[in-house]
Amino acid sequence: MPDKGLGQLGDGLLFTAVVLYALAMLGYAAEQATSRARQRVTSVRAASSVLVGSGPPVTVPAETVTVSAPSRAGQFAFGLTGIGWVVHLTSIVLRGFAAHRVPWGNMYEFSSAAAFVAVTAFLGMVVRGRIDRALGAFVMVPVVLYLGLASSLLYTAAGPLVPALNSYWIKIHVAAAILASGSFLLSGVVALLYLLRSRYDTHPKAAFPVSLGRQLPAAAALDRMSYAVIAFAFPVWTFAIIAGAIWAESAWGRYWGWDPKETWSFITWVLYAGYLHARATAGWKGRKAAWVAVAAAGALIIDYYVVNIFVVGLHSYA
Amino acid sequence: MTTPELDEATRLTTQPKPVEQPRRGDPFGPLRLGWRQLTSMRTALLLLFLLALASVPGGFLPQRKINPVRVSEYIRSHGAAGRFMDRIGLFDVFSSVWFSAIYLLLFISLVGCLIPRSRLHLRALTARPPKVPKTLKRLPVSASWVAAAPVESVLDDARAALRGWRVERRGSELSAEKGYLRETGNLVFHISLVLLLIGIALNSFYGFKGTVLVVEGKGFSNTLALYDNVQPAKRFNPSSLVPFTVGLTQFHATYGDDGKALTFDADITWSRDGKPSKAYDLRVNHPLVVGNAKTYLIGHGYAPHIVFRDVDGTVVDDSAVPCLPQDPQFLSTCVIKEPSTKATQFGFRGVFTPTTVSDAAQRVGSSYPGLRRPALTLVAFAGDLSLDGGTPQSVYSLDTTAMKAVDKGQAHALQPGQTWVLPDGASLTYVDTLQWANLQVTQDPSRRLMLVAAIGIVGGLLLSLFIRRRRVWVRAGEGADGTTTVEVGGLSRTDPERFASEFAELVTDIRRERA
Repeated sequence: MPDKGLGQLGDGLLFTAVVLYALAMLGYAAEQATSRARQRVTSVRAASSVLVGSGPPVTVPAETVTVSAPSRAGQFAFGLTGIGWVVHLTSIVLRGFAAHRVPWGNMYEFSSAAAFVAVTAFLGMVVRGRIDRALGAFVMVPVVLYLGLASSLLYTAAGPLVPALNSYWIKIHVAAAILASGSFLLSGVVALLYLLRSRYDTHPKAAFPVSLGRQLPAAAALDRMSYAVIAFAFPVWTFAIIAGAIWAESAWGRYWGWDPKETWSFITWVLYAGYLHARATAGWKGRKAAWVAVAAAGALIIDYYVVNIFVVGLHSYA
Repeated sequence: MTTPELDEATRLTTQPKPVEQPRRGDPFGPLRLGWRQLTSMRTALLLLFLLALASVPGGFLPQRKINPVRVSEYIRSHGAAGRFMDRIGLFDVFSSVWFSAIYLLLFISLVGCLIPRSRLHLRALTARPPKVPKTLKRLPVSASWVAAAPVESVLDDARAALRGWRVERRGSELSAEKGYLRETGNLVFHISLVLLLIGIALNSFYGFKGTVLVVEGKGFSNTLALYDNVQPAKRFNPSSLVPFTVGLTQFHATYGDDGKALTFDADITWSRDGKPSKAYDLRVNHPLVVGNAKTYLIGHGYAPHIVFRDVDGTVVDDSAVPCLPQDPQFLSTCVIKEPSTKATQFGFRGVFTPTTVSDAAQRVGSSYPGLRRPALTLVAFAGDLSLDGGTPQSVYSLDTTAMKAVDKGQAHALQPGQTWVLPDGASLTYVDTLQWANLQVTQDPSRRLMLVAAIGIVGGLLLSLFIRRRRVWVRAGEGADGTTTVEVGGLSRTDPERFASEFAELVTDIRRERA
């Protein structure tokens, strides 16, 4: 039987994590507002060579030089994100203990886990110096919205699973889907930021929201960042679909039946495949490819929300 | 990076070059151009987007293959628009002409692209790394210094630092390359996609899928005639059905207090070729595999056991009647036909409710899917069942055109053990309740091929996305006083940041060897 007390504690912790993320979001926004000078510094440093170890000067491409402007608000926000992450992790683990199963059996739990992946990826990339901390504001907005939506609209008390879900494949298929969805969510945000920044580069006098582009990292860096995340998530998504097909074969007796969920996962897959090809095709690089990434993230959201809530199909259980 | 001398060396890809105009006077010019257009990356990209776009109606509209009832409802409620949508195939998207056209063109384009690329890659695998470009400084990463050691030992040091790379020496220059597996993975991925399509095609030509309803205590043997519903493929040969029999001993379902299903188990016995039978616990996610055939538990329901006595008291029917569930609480519709009577035939229509409740208007419903207060609520008809008309009739529907309702159509509710005596003396007894399971048997000849394709897809993808193909060149020139001028340059198409640090390490390694 599900443990009610543990489940409620987990829900409370998730709420706490959302509040911490929301505060962090404000901190990042404050950092953004106080670091107007950042771009000038970057352009000065861009052309120079850097010294690596004791070796000779090695010339590296300009946009890989990153400049971090320390800011109290930013450090505070990053700390809050870290604490939020720990609280979030605890809530997911408690949820699993409360229900005696993996904590991704319905939409509420899936949302929480996917947002957790997005925050983990963001934190990891900041720590490894591959992404600018100031992007936190843009990452936290969708994460907070996503979690807020999950805990208000999709809430389900911890409980056992319907028989079709009762399989070790749920660990594999759904875990891969969460990992890929969380990463795609992040890449979608970065692709949008890239579009904003590259618009700003060509129209520096434009009004809000293009003017936000001023504080963003260089367009080429954003483009590479979104590619790196998609290159990671695409094989995971492919694996999730294949694992789902194998599971469907053992639960429903067919690999693939064009169930709405399967159809939208396929559309998402094709669009990301399109993105990877577009990025290597002359005339499609840059903005067009970024729009494809945004469209693919849109298909993922439809796959997730619209299909589960509005379309009748085999995946409509949560 | 666009100088012609760098061009060949820096082409780190076997991606086809942009489409060129064919020579004038070439009789196959237009054909050749068309083929090149079709196999160009731009066309492939367009087809990919079209494929995604064409799938969208399949993701929003009900599809006939999945839910024919909802499709006809949709068409009925949308009138002319619905009929038009039906005519252009919006309810059969994935078997429509336009969808097939898109994916076939995509795969032709893919194969047309794969063949030359595989050839190029095979050549690259055996070829020597390209010559050192004239100006290494123009490469994305480069370094140069003056070393105290002579040319030969600098080159030896460079070779040592480039362990694991394919290195080619020309004079006092080294060309090195690494990451051939990237393209190998890319090709494996795309070839596996083609294999997957072949597997799907094989299955649609030679596969088999059939469903059969089995009541507790009964069984079925795997022959075409015994299925309730079969979907054999175009070239399916009935003699390739695996000869086995299945008997359903008992079916259990357990439910939570809220009526949500927790487990389904069908205790079955099976045997092949008349060998002694074995017991098996058939569950969702736990199909029975006999040879090439897989048997799945895909549905269940109740089958009230009834006994019908004719006007003179002789038992003419003693059987379980499968009722079809209509809602999550297993309110199920039942039809009973009694054609073997001496005079008037009888028919019954009604509902079975496992946990019976009735509202103020005396309408019967079920409040829980488990058997708590079962009841069989029926309306009886007397007359002619119209079974001899020649047109086959479903066992789940009753044709009352030649029948009259008994008791003015008043419904009678029976609990287990109760008997309804009809006005002329015939009677119906509801004895107890059995359950039935719906089994699906599939035979898929391409299962193994699909598995290989799936592994190839994931494996190839990982290689093609995470292996980085890169080149490094070293040039050592003799300087004054026995010193050596060393120039190093490198190139990578992917992840320039990581390559920059890898390159910096290489340079440090080359210098450190003699330090």
